[in-house]
Amino acid sequence: MTWDEMAPLLWESTWQTALMVGWSTVFTVLFGLPIGVALVVFDRGGLRPLPVLKSVLGVVVNVGRSLPFIVLMIAIIPFTRLVVGTTIGTAAVVVPLTVGAVPFFARLVETALREVGVDVVQAAQAMGASRTAIVRKVLLPEAMPGLVAGLTVTVVALIGYSAMAGTIGGGGLGDLAVRYGYQRFETLLMIVTVVVLVVIVQLIQSLGDAVARRLSHSK
Amino acid sequence: MIQASGLYKSYGETAALDGVDLHVREGEIYGVLGRSGAGKSTLLRCVNLLERPDRGTVTVAGQELTALRSGELNQARRRIGMIHQHFALLSSRTVAANVAFPLEVMGVARAERERRVAELLDLVGLGGRGGDRPHQLSGGQKQRVGIARALAGDPAVLLSDEATSALDPATTRSILDLLKRLNAELGLTILLITHEMNVIKSVCDSVAIMSGGRIEESGSIAGLIRTPGSRLTREIFPLPEPAPAGSVTLTFTGDPQRPVVSEVVRKFDVEVSILGGSIEDLAGGAVGRLRVALTGEAAPALAYLRERGLLVEVAR
Repeated sequence: MTWDEMAPLLWESTWQTALMVGWSTVFTVLFGLPIGVALVVFDRGGLRPLPVLKSVLGVVVNVGRSLPFIVLMIAIIPFTRLVVGTTIGTAAVVVPLTVGAVPFFARLVETALREVGVDVVQAAQAMGASRTAIVRKVLLPEAMPGLVAGLTVTVVALIGYSAMAGTIGGGGLGDLAVRYGYQRFETLLMIVTVVVLVVIVQLIQSLGDAVARRLSHSK
Repeated sequence: MIQASGLYKSYGETAALDGVDLHVREGEIYGVLGRSGAGKSTLLRCVNLLERPDRGTVTVAGQELTALRSGELNQARRRIGMIHQHFALLSSRTVAANVAFPLEVMGVARAERERRVAELLDLVGLGGRGGDRPHQLSGGQKQRVGIARALAGDPAVLLSDEATSALDPATTRSILDLLKRLNAELGLTILLITHEMNVIKSVCDSVAIMSGGRIEESGSIAGLIRTPGSRLTREIFPLPEPAPAGSVTLTFTGDPQRPVVSEVVRKFDVEVSILGGSIEDLAGGAVGRLRVALTGEAAPALAYLRERGLLVEVAR
Protein backbone atom coordinates (compact mmCIF):
# COMPACT_ATOMS: atom_id res chain seq x y z
CA MET A 1 0.00 0.00 0.00
CA THR A 2 1.48 3.34 -0.99
CA TRP A 3 1.42 6.51 0.96
CA ASP A 4 -1.00 8.04 -1.55
CA GLU A 5 -3.42 5.22 -0.91
CA MET A 6 -3.07 5.45 2.86
CA ALA A 7 -3.37 9.21 3.28
CA PRO A 8 -7.11 9.59 2.47
CA LEU A 9 -7.94 6.55 4.61
CA LEU A 10 -5.98 7.93 7.55
CA TRP A 11 -7.42 11.36 7.09
CA GLU A 12 -11.01 10.12 7.02
CA SER A 13 -10.53 7.83 10.00
CA THR A 14 -8.88 10.53 12.08
CA TRP A 15 -11.77 12.82 11.30
CA GLN A 16 -14.28 10.12 12.37
CA THR A 17 -12.40 9.57 15.61
CA ALA A 18 -12.34 13.31 16.22
CA LEU A 19 -16.08 13.52 15.65
CA MET A 20 -16.90 10.60 17.93
CA VAL A 21 -14.58 11.70 20.70
CA GLY A 22 -15.49 15.37 20.33
CA TRP A 23 -19.23 14.89 20.58
CA SER A 24 -19.06 12.33 23.33
CA THR A 25 -16.75 14.64 25.28
CA VAL A 26 -19.34 17.39 25.04
CA PHE A 27 -22.12 15.11 26.28
CA THR A 28 -19.90 13.56 28.93
CA VAL A 29 -19.23 16.96 30.45
CA LEU A 30 -22.89 17.89 30.15
CA PHE A 31 -24.04 14.86 32.14
CA GLY A 32 -20.94 13.90 34.12
CA LEU A 33 -20.27 17.28 35.70
CA PRO A 34 -23.70 17.61 37.38
CA ILE A 35 -23.54 13.99 38.56
CA GLY A 36 -20.07 14.56 40.03
CA VAL A 37 -21.32 17.71 41.77
CA ALA A 38 -24.34 15.79 43.07
CA LEU A 39 -22.08 13.07 44.51
CA VAL A 40 -20.34 15.74 46.61
CA VAL A 41 -23.29 18.00 47.46
CA PHE A 42 -25.66 15.19 48.52
CA ASP A 43 -23.01 13.39 50.55
CA ARG A 44 -23.20 13.17 54.34
CA GLY A 45 -21.63 16.43 55.51
CA GLY A 46 -22.14 17.96 52.05
CA LEU A 47 -23.93 21.18 51.26
CA ARG A 48 -27.29 19.44 51.02
CA PRO A 49 -26.95 16.05 52.70
CA LEU A 50 -29.24 13.49 51.05
CA PRO A 51 -27.31 10.29 51.84
CA VAL A 52 -29.89 7.91 50.32
CA LEU A 53 -29.94 9.70 46.98
CA LYS A 54 -26.17 9.91 47.06
CA SER A 55 -25.86 6.16 47.67
CA VAL A 56 -28.22 5.33 44.83
CA LEU A 57 -26.29 7.63 42.53
CA GLY A 58 -23.02 6.07 43.70
CA VAL A 59 -24.27 2.58 42.90
CA VAL A 60 -25.45 3.61 39.43
CA VAL A 61 -22.09 5.20 38.73
CA ASN A 62 -20.26 2.11 39.93
CA VAL A 63 -22.38 -0.19 37.76
CA GLY A 64 -21.57 2.01 34.78
CA ARG A 65 -17.90 1.86 35.60
CA SER A 66 -17.70 -1.87 36.12
CA LEU A 67 -18.84 -2.82 32.60
CA PRO A 68 -16.10 -3.19 29.98
CA PHE A 69 -16.85 -0.74 27.21
CA ILE A 70 -17.40 -3.33 24.51
CA VAL A 71 -20.01 -5.09 26.67
CA LEU A 72 -21.70 -1.84 27.57
CA MET A 73 -21.84 -0.82 23.93
CA ILE A 74 -23.74 -3.95 22.96
CA ALA A 75 -25.87 -4.07 26.11
CA ILE A 76 -27.31 -0.61 25.51
CA ILE A 77 -28.12 -1.06 21.84
CA PRO A 78 -31.87 -0.66 22.47
CA PHE A 79 -31.21 2.58 24.30
CA THR A 80 -29.01 3.80 21.47
CA ARG A 81 -31.76 3.07 18.96
CA LEU A 82 -34.20 4.98 21.13
CA VAL A 83 -31.96 8.04 21.26
CA VAL A 84 -30.59 8.35 17.73
CA GLY A 85 -32.90 6.05 15.78
CA THR A 86 -30.08 3.82 14.55
CA THR A 87 -27.44 1.54 16.03
CA ILE A 88 -24.76 1.87 13.39
CA GLY A 89 -22.62 4.77 12.24
CA THR A 90 -20.71 7.52 13.96
CA ALA A 91 -23.74 9.16 15.58
CA ALA A 92 -24.80 5.85 17.10
CA VAL A 93 -21.39 5.45 18.68
CA VAL A 94 -21.60 8.73 20.54
CA VAL A 95 -24.35 7.27 22.75
CA PRO A 96 -22.40 4.32 24.20
CA LEU A 97 -19.24 6.42 24.36
CA THR A 98 -21.08 9.01 26.46
CA VAL A 99 -22.76 6.40 28.65
CA GLY A 100 -19.39 4.75 29.19
CA ALA A 101 -17.50 7.95 29.99
CA VAL A 102 -20.08 9.74 32.16
CA PRO A 103 -19.59 7.57 35.30
CA PHE A 104 -15.83 7.69 34.84
CA PHE A 105 -15.78 11.47 34.52
CA ALA A 106 -18.32 11.91 37.33
CA ARG A 107 -15.97 10.11 39.74
CA LEU A 108 -13.07 12.30 38.63
CA VAL A 109 -15.23 15.41 39.16
CA GLU A 110 -16.14 14.12 42.61
CA THR A 111 -12.47 13.63 43.50
CA ALA A 112 -11.51 17.07 42.19
CA LEU A 113 -14.30 18.77 44.16
CA ARG A 114 -13.34 16.97 47.36
CA GLU A 115 -9.88 18.53 47.07
CA VAL A 116 -11.41 21.96 47.71
CA GLY A 117 -10.76 22.91 51.33
CA VAL A 118 -13.60 22.65 53.84
CA ASP A 119 -12.55 25.99 55.29
CA VAL A 120 -13.12 27.78 51.99
CA VAL A 121 -16.61 26.32 51.69
CA GLN A 122 -17.43 27.23 55.28
CA ALA A 123 -16.09 30.74 54.76
CA ALA A 124 -18.53 31.11 51.87
CA GLN A 125 -21.36 29.77 54.05
CA ALA A 126 -20.42 32.24 56.75
CA MET A 127 -20.71 35.01 54.16
CA GLY A 128 -24.29 33.98 53.50
CA ALA A 129 -23.68 32.41 50.09
CA SER A 130 -26.46 30.13 48.87
CA ARG A 131 -25.70 26.52 47.95
CA THR A 132 -25.90 27.32 44.24
CA ALA A 133 -23.50 30.23 44.69
CA ILE A 134 -21.09 27.99 46.60
CA VAL A 135 -21.10 25.38 43.82
CA ARG A 136 -20.75 27.96 41.05
CA LYS A 137 -18.43 30.47 42.66
CA VAL A 138 -16.38 28.34 45.05
CA LEU A 139 -16.37 24.60 44.35
CA LEU A 140 -16.12 24.61 40.56
CA PRO A 141 -13.60 27.48 40.13
CA GLU A 142 -11.40 26.22 42.97
CA ALA A 143 -11.43 22.68 41.56
CA MET A 144 -10.83 23.83 37.97
CA PRO A 145 -7.24 22.50 37.64
CA GLY A 146 -8.40 19.09 38.88
CA LEU A 147 -11.44 19.17 36.62
CA VAL A 148 -9.29 19.90 33.58
CA ALA A 149 -6.90 17.09 34.52
CA GLY A 150 -9.90 14.76 34.91
CA LEU A 151 -11.30 15.82 31.55
CA THR A 152 -7.95 15.12 29.88
CA VAL A 153 -7.89 11.59 31.29
CA THR A 154 -11.50 11.14 30.16
CA VAL A 155 -10.78 12.27 26.58
CA VAL A 156 -7.83 9.88 26.37
CA ALA A 157 -10.06 7.07 27.67
CA LEU A 158 -12.69 8.02 25.08
CA ILE A 159 -10.12 7.67 22.30
CA GLY A 160 -9.45 4.18 23.61
CA TYR A 161 -13.16 3.33 23.75
CA SER A 162 -13.73 4.77 20.29
CA ALA A 163 -11.36 2.20 18.81
CA MET A 164 -13.90 -0.46 19.73
CA ALA A 165 -16.67 1.49 18.08
CA GLY A 166 -15.66 0.08 14.71
CA THR A 167 -17.52 -3.07 15.66
CA ILE A 168 -20.81 -1.20 15.33
CA GLY A 169 -19.80 0.71 12.24
CA GLY A 170 -18.53 3.84 13.84
CA GLY A 171 -15.36 3.94 11.81
CA GLY A 172 -12.35 5.76 13.17
CA LEU A 173 -8.67 4.95 13.62
CA GLY A 174 -9.26 1.79 15.64
CA ASP A 175 -11.55 0.44 12.96
CA LEU A 176 -8.97 1.29 10.31
CA ALA A 177 -6.25 -0.58 12.16
CA VAL A 178 -8.48 -3.66 12.54
CA ARG A 179 -9.76 -3.72 8.95
CA TYR A 180 -6.51 -3.00 7.12
CA GLY A 181 -3.77 -3.80 9.58
CA TYR A 182 -5.23 -6.97 11.09
CA GLN A 183 -7.58 -8.38 8.46
CA ARG A 184 -5.55 -7.44 5.35
CA PHE A 185 -2.04 -7.66 6.80
CA GLU A 186 -1.18 -4.07 5.89
CA THR A 187 1.51 -3.82 8.52
CA LEU A 188 2.70 -0.40 7.42
CA LEU A 189 -0.77 1.07 7.76
CA MET A 190 -1.10 -0.55 11.17
CA ILE A 191 2.14 1.07 12.29
CA VAL A 192 1.16 4.46 10.90
CA THR A 193 -2.22 4.25 12.66
CA VAL A 194 -0.53 3.45 15.93
CA VAL A 195 1.80 6.41 15.48
CA VAL A 196 -1.13 8.73 14.72
CA LEU A 197 -2.97 7.54 17.86
CA VAL A 198 0.09 8.00 20.03
CA VAL A 199 0.63 11.51 18.66
CA ILE A 200 -3.03 12.47 19.24
CA VAL A 201 -3.04 11.17 22.82
CA GLN A 202 0.27 12.89 23.50
CA LEU A 203 -1.02 16.20 22.15
CA ILE A 204 -4.21 16.01 24.20
CA GLN A 205 -2.34 15.13 27.38
CA SER A 206 0.15 17.97 26.89
CA LEU A 207 -2.62 20.43 26.15
CA GLY A 208 -4.57 19.30 29.24
CA ASP A 209 -1.48 19.52 31.43
CA ALA A 210 -0.69 23.00 30.16
CA VAL A 211 -4.21 24.26 30.80
CA ALA A 212 -4.33 22.66 34.26
CA ARG A 213 -1.00 24.24 35.12
CA ARG A 214 -2.15 27.67 33.99
CA LEU A 215 -5.27 27.38 36.11
CA SER A 216 -3.42 26.21 39.18
CA HIS A 217 -2.74 29.22 41.38
CA SER A 218 -1.42 27.46 44.41
CA LYS A 219 2.17 27.39 43.15
CA MET B 1 -24.90 42.55 70.51
CA ILE B 2 -24.38 38.82 70.76
CA GLN B 3 -26.47 36.84 73.21
CA ALA B 4 -26.14 33.08 73.41
CA SER B 5 -28.15 31.21 75.99
CA GLY B 6 -28.04 27.63 77.17
CA LEU B 7 -26.00 26.25 74.29
CA TYR B 8 -25.47 22.51 74.16
CA LYS B 9 -23.72 20.70 71.37
CA SER B 10 -22.32 17.21 71.37
CA TYR B 11 -20.54 15.06 68.83
CA GLY B 12 -21.40 11.49 69.70
CA GLU B 13 -20.43 11.02 73.33
CA THR B 14 -18.34 14.18 73.64
CA ALA B 15 -20.03 17.35 74.74
CA ALA B 16 -18.37 20.24 72.91
CA LEU B 17 -20.69 22.77 74.53
CA ASP B 18 -22.15 21.88 77.89
CA GLY B 19 -24.50 24.72 78.76
CA VAL B 20 -22.81 27.91 77.59
CA ASP B 21 -24.13 31.44 78.04
CA LEU B 22 -22.36 34.29 76.36
CA HIS B 23 -23.12 37.98 76.34
CA VAL B 24 -21.09 40.33 74.17
CA ARG B 25 -21.87 44.02 74.48
CA GLU B 26 -21.97 46.37 71.53
CA GLY B 27 -18.60 47.84 70.61
CA GLU B 28 -16.43 45.62 72.78
CA ILE B 29 -13.72 43.14 71.92
CA TYR B 30 -14.61 39.90 73.62
CA GLY B 31 -12.09 37.08 73.81
CA VAL B 32 -12.79 33.42 74.48
CA LEU B 33 -9.68 31.74 75.82
CA GLY B 34 -9.16 28.01 76.02
CA ARG B 35 -6.98 25.11 75.03
CA SER B 36 -7.77 23.11 71.93
CA GLY B 37 -10.77 20.90 72.59
CA ALA B 38 -12.20 23.32 75.14
CA GLY B 39 -15.19 24.00 72.87
CA LYS B 40 -14.35 27.58 71.95
CA SER B 41 -14.29 26.90 68.23
CA THR B 42 -17.67 25.18 68.41
CA LEU B 43 -18.98 28.15 70.39
CA LEU B 44 -17.80 30.63 67.76
CA ARG B 45 -19.25 28.57 64.95
CA CYS B 46 -22.55 28.37 66.78
CA VAL B 47 -22.77 32.16 66.75
CA ASN B 48 -23.26 32.25 62.95
CA LEU B 49 -24.75 28.76 62.96
CA LEU B 50 -22.00 27.12 60.92
CA GLU B 51 -22.69 24.57 63.65
CA ARG B 52 -26.25 24.31 64.83
CA PRO B 53 -26.44 23.86 68.61
CA ASP B 54 -28.45 20.89 69.87
CA ARG B 55 -30.19 23.21 72.31
CA GLY B 56 -30.13 26.90 73.11
CA THR B 57 -30.64 30.18 71.29
CA VAL B 58 -28.33 32.63 69.57
CA THR B 59 -29.30 36.26 69.04
CA VAL B 60 -27.08 38.62 67.07
CA ALA B 61 -27.94 42.31 66.68
CA GLY B 62 -31.44 41.72 67.96
CA GLN B 63 -32.19 38.88 65.53
CA GLU B 64 -32.66 35.37 66.86
CA LEU B 65 -30.64 33.33 64.36
CA THR B 66 -31.69 29.97 65.75
CA ALA B 67 -35.28 30.78 64.74
CA LEU B 68 -34.50 31.63 61.11
CA ARG B 69 -35.01 29.51 58.01
CA SER B 70 -32.06 28.89 55.71
CA GLY B 71 -32.74 31.76 53.27
CA GLU B 72 -33.23 34.24 56.10
CA LEU B 73 -30.16 32.89 57.83
CA ASN B 74 -28.07 33.58 54.72
CA GLN B 75 -29.33 37.17 54.80
CA ALA B 76 -28.45 37.51 58.49
CA ARG B 77 -24.99 36.00 58.00
CA ARG B 78 -24.11 38.75 55.55
CA ARG B 79 -24.12 41.12 58.51
CA ILE B 80 -21.71 38.93 60.49
CA GLY B 81 -18.11 38.99 59.29
CA MET B 82 -15.78 36.10 59.97
CA ILE B 83 -12.04 35.64 59.69
CA HIS B 84 -10.25 32.31 59.79
CA GLN B 85 -7.04 30.81 61.11
CA HIS B 86 -5.91 29.69 57.65
CA PHE B 87 -7.45 32.72 55.92
CA ALA B 88 -9.78 30.63 53.67
CA LEU B 89 -9.16 32.75 50.60
CA LEU B 90 -10.16 31.52 47.14
CA SER B 91 -6.98 30.68 45.27
CA SER B 92 -8.78 30.93 41.94
CA ARG B 93 -9.50 34.63 42.51
CA THR B 94 -7.40 37.74 42.76
CA VAL B 95 -7.21 39.64 46.04
CA ALA B 96 -9.80 42.15 44.81
CA ALA B 97 -12.13 39.39 43.60
CA ASN B 98 -11.84 37.68 46.99
CA VAL B 99 -12.95 40.85 48.74
CA ALA B 100 -15.71 41.25 46.15
CA PHE B 101 -17.07 37.75 46.82
CA PRO B 102 -19.52 38.64 49.60
CA LEU B 103 -20.66 41.66 47.58
CA GLU B 104 -21.38 39.40 44.60
CA VAL B 105 -23.35 37.11 46.88
CA MET B 106 -25.33 40.12 48.07
CA GLY B 107 -26.04 41.17 44.49
CA VAL B 108 -24.17 44.48 44.60
CA ALA B 109 -23.66 45.99 41.11
CA ARG B 110 -20.20 45.79 39.57
CA ALA B 111 -19.30 49.50 39.68
CA GLU B 112 -20.32 49.76 43.32
CA ARG B 113 -18.41 46.55 44.08
CA GLU B 114 -15.22 47.90 42.58
CA ARG B 115 -15.52 51.14 44.51
CA ARG B 116 -16.16 49.28 47.77
CA VAL B 117 -13.31 46.81 47.22
CA ALA B 118 -10.80 49.59 46.64
CA GLU B 119 -12.01 51.30 49.80
CA LEU B 120 -11.73 48.11 51.87
CA LEU B 121 -8.26 47.28 50.59
CA ASP B 122 -7.13 50.79 51.54
CA LEU B 123 -8.69 50.34 54.97
CA VAL B 124 -6.60 47.23 55.71
CA GLY B 125 -3.44 48.70 54.20
CA LEU B 126 -3.41 46.69 50.97
CA GLY B 127 -4.26 49.49 48.52
CA GLY B 128 -2.88 48.65 45.09
CA ARG B 129 -2.51 44.91 45.74
CA GLY B 130 -5.95 44.05 44.36
CA GLY B 131 -4.57 42.39 41.25
CA ASP B 132 -2.32 39.98 43.15
CA ARG B 133 -3.12 36.33 43.74
CA PRO B 134 -3.41 35.15 47.34
CA HIS B 135 -0.33 32.92 47.01
CA GLN B 136 1.78 36.00 46.26
CA LEU B 137 1.01 37.44 49.70
CA SER B 138 2.53 36.82 53.12
CA GLY B 139 0.44 35.33 55.93
CA GLY B 140 -0.24 38.72 57.47
CA GLN B 141 -1.30 40.17 54.15
CA LYS B 142 -3.59 37.18 53.54
CA GLN B 143 -5.27 37.81 56.86
CA ARG B 144 -5.70 41.47 55.90
CA VAL B 145 -7.50 40.31 52.77
CA GLY B 146 -9.61 38.07 55.01
CA ILE B 147 -10.46 41.05 57.18
CA ALA B 148 -11.31 43.26 54.19
CA ARG B 149 -13.57 40.48 52.89
CA ALA B 150 -15.22 40.08 56.28
CA LEU B 151 -15.97 43.81 56.38
CA ALA B 152 -17.43 43.96 52.87
CA GLY B 153 -21.00 43.45 54.04
CA ASP B 154 -20.62 46.28 56.55
CA PRO B 155 -21.12 43.89 59.46
CA ALA B 156 -22.11 44.79 62.99
CA VAL B 157 -20.10 41.88 64.36
CA LEU B 158 -16.79 40.31 63.44
CA LEU B 159 -16.03 36.72 64.45
CA SER B 160 -12.38 35.79 64.60
CA ASP B 161 -11.48 32.10 64.60
CA GLU B 162 -7.88 31.96 65.86
CA ALA B 163 -7.05 34.62 63.29
CA THR B 164 -3.48 35.11 64.46
CA SER B 165 -2.56 31.54 65.41
CA ALA B 166 -0.83 30.85 62.10
CA LEU B 167 1.17 34.09 62.20
CA ASP B 168 4.53 35.08 63.69
CA PRO B 169 4.60 37.40 66.73
CA ALA B 170 5.31 40.64 64.83
CA THR B 171 2.56 39.93 62.29
CA THR B 172 0.20 38.90 65.08
CA ARG B 173 0.87 42.29 66.65
CA SER B 174 0.03 44.16 63.44
CA ILE B 175 -3.17 42.18 62.85
CA LEU B 176 -4.28 42.77 66.44
CA ASP B 177 -3.55 46.48 66.05
CA LEU B 178 -5.70 46.49 62.91
CA LEU B 179 -8.57 44.78 64.74
CA LYS B 180 -8.29 47.26 67.56
CA ARG B 181 -8.34 50.16 65.12
CA LEU B 182 -11.42 48.79 63.33
CA ASN B 183 -13.10 48.35 66.70
CA ALA B 184 -12.38 51.96 67.61
CA GLU B 185 -13.05 53.56 64.21
CA LEU B 186 -16.03 51.56 63.00
CA GLY B 187 -17.49 50.63 66.38
CA LEU B 188 -17.19 47.02 65.28
CA THR B 189 -18.07 44.44 67.92
CA ILE B 190 -15.48 41.65 67.82
CA LEU B 191 -15.80 38.15 69.24
CA LEU B 192 -12.53 36.28 68.99
CA ILE B 193 -11.36 32.90 70.12
CA THR B 194 -7.76 32.14 70.86
CA HIS B 195 -5.47 29.91 72.87
CA GLU B 196 -2.97 32.73 73.32
CA MET B 197 -3.20 34.79 76.52
CA ASN B 198 -1.19 37.43 74.71
CA VAL B 199 -4.12 38.13 72.36
CA ILE B 200 -6.50 38.51 75.30
CA LYS B 201 -4.08 40.81 77.11
CA SER B 202 -3.43 43.11 74.22
CA VAL B 203 -6.87 43.71 72.72
CA CYS B 204 -9.75 42.36 74.76
CA ASP B 205 -12.15 44.30 76.94
CA SER B 206 -13.89 41.17 78.19
CA VAL B 207 -12.98 37.54 78.37
CA ALA B 208 -14.47 34.11 78.89
CA ILE B 209 -12.24 31.24 79.92
CA MET B 210 -13.46 27.93 78.54
CA SER B 211 -12.61 24.39 79.40
CA GLY B 212 -14.43 21.12 78.86
CA GLY B 213 -17.30 22.77 77.02
CA ARG B 214 -18.12 25.18 79.83
CA ILE B 215 -17.27 28.78 80.57
CA GLU B 216 -15.34 28.76 83.82
CA GLU B 217 -15.12 32.47 84.27
CA SER B 218 -16.26 35.47 82.30
CA GLY B 219 -16.58 39.22 82.58
CA SER B 220 -14.72 42.40 81.87
CA ILE B 221 -10.97 42.07 82.27
CA ALA B 222 -10.84 45.05 84.63
CA GLY B 223 -13.53 43.45 86.77
CA LEU B 224 -11.91 40.01 86.85
CA ILE B 225 -8.57 41.51 87.83
CA ARG B 226 -10.28 42.94 90.92
CA THR B 227 -12.00 39.66 91.75
CA PRO B 228 -10.20 37.64 94.44
CA GLY B 229 -9.10 34.21 93.26
CA SER B 230 -9.81 34.94 89.62
CA ARG B 231 -8.42 32.39 87.25
CA LEU B 232 -7.64 35.06 84.66
CA THR B 233 -5.37 36.94 87.07
CA ARG B 234 -3.57 33.74 87.99
CA GLU B 235 -3.03 32.91 84.32
CA ILE B 236 -1.83 36.36 83.35
CA PHE B 237 0.74 36.73 86.11
CA PRO B 238 3.59 34.30 86.32
CA LEU B 239 3.58 33.75 90.07
CA PRO B 240 3.89 30.27 91.58
CA GLU B 241 0.51 28.80 92.51
CA PRO B 242 -0.72 28.03 95.05
CA ALA B 243 0.72 30.92 97.01
CA PRO B 244 2.79 29.83 100.04
CA ALA B 245 0.89 29.94 103.33
CA GLY B 246 1.02 33.32 105.00
CA SER B 247 2.09 35.19 101.89
CA VAL B 248 0.14 38.17 100.66
CA THR B 249 -0.60 38.82 97.00
CA LEU B 250 -1.33 42.42 96.03
CA THR B 251 -2.97 43.34 92.73
CA PHE B 252 -2.98 46.98 91.81
CA THR B 253 -4.47 48.75 88.83
CA GLY B 254 -4.15 52.36 87.78
CA ASP B 255 -0.69 53.83 88.21
CA PRO B 256 1.61 50.86 88.69
CA GLN B 257 4.44 53.09 89.90
CA ARG B 258 2.64 54.24 93.02
CA PRO B 259 5.09 53.59 95.86
CA VAL B 260 2.58 51.64 97.98
CA VAL B 261 5.06 49.23 99.47
CA SER B 262 7.42 51.88 100.74
CA GLU B 263 4.42 53.82 102.11
CA VAL B 264 3.41 50.80 104.13
CA VAL B 265 6.91 50.29 105.46
CA ARG B 266 7.16 53.93 106.53
CA LYS B 267 3.72 54.13 108.13
CA PHE B 268 3.60 50.79 109.90
CA ASP B 269 6.02 48.70 111.85
CA VAL B 270 6.34 45.98 109.23
CA GLU B 271 9.07 44.31 107.23
CA VAL B 272 8.20 43.48 103.62
CA SER B 273 10.05 40.87 101.65
CA ILE B 274 9.19 40.54 97.99
CA LEU B 275 8.63 36.99 96.77
CA GLY B 276 7.78 37.79 93.19
CA GLY B 277 5.78 40.02 90.93
CA SER B 278 5.37 41.68 87.60
CA ILE B 279 3.55 44.39 85.75
CA GLU B 280 1.49 43.50 82.71
CA ASP B 281 0.18 45.86 80.06
CA LEU B 282 -3.45 45.06 79.40
CA ALA B 283 -5.79 46.68 76.91
CA GLY B 284 -7.37 48.69 79.74
CA GLY B 285 -4.09 49.85 81.27
CA ALA B 286 -1.19 48.46 83.28
CA VAL B 287 -1.82 46.05 86.13
CA GLY B 288 0.74 45.01 88.74
CA ARG B 289 0.77 41.94 90.91
CA LEU B 290 3.18 41.52 93.75
CA ARG B 291 3.63 38.68 96.19
CA VAL B 292 5.14 39.62 99.54
CA ALA B 293 5.64 38.26 103.01
CA LEU B 294 4.89 40.65 105.88
CA THR B 295 6.40 40.38 109.33
CA GLY B 296 5.36 42.61 112.24
CA GLU B 297 2.27 44.81 112.35
CA ALA B 298 0.59 43.11 109.35
CA ALA B 299 -3.14 43.62 109.98
CA PRO B 300 -3.29 47.45 109.91
CA ALA B 301 -0.88 47.50 106.98
CA LEU B 302 -3.17 45.25 104.96
CA ALA B 303 -6.20 47.31 105.91
CA TYR B 304 -4.36 50.39 104.67
CA LEU B 305 -3.55 48.71 101.37
CA ARG B 306 -7.18 47.68 100.88
CA GLU B 307 -8.20 51.26 101.59
CA ARG B 308 -5.86 52.42 98.86
CA GLY B 309 -7.77 50.28 96.35
CA LEU B 310 -5.46 47.31 96.10
CA LEU B 311 -6.79 43.79 95.91
CA VAL B 312 -5.22 41.99 98.86
CA GLU B 313 -5.28 38.19 98.97
CA VAL B 314 -3.80 36.45 102.02
CA ALA B 315 -2.86 32.83 101.51
CA ARG B 316 -3.77 30.49 104.39
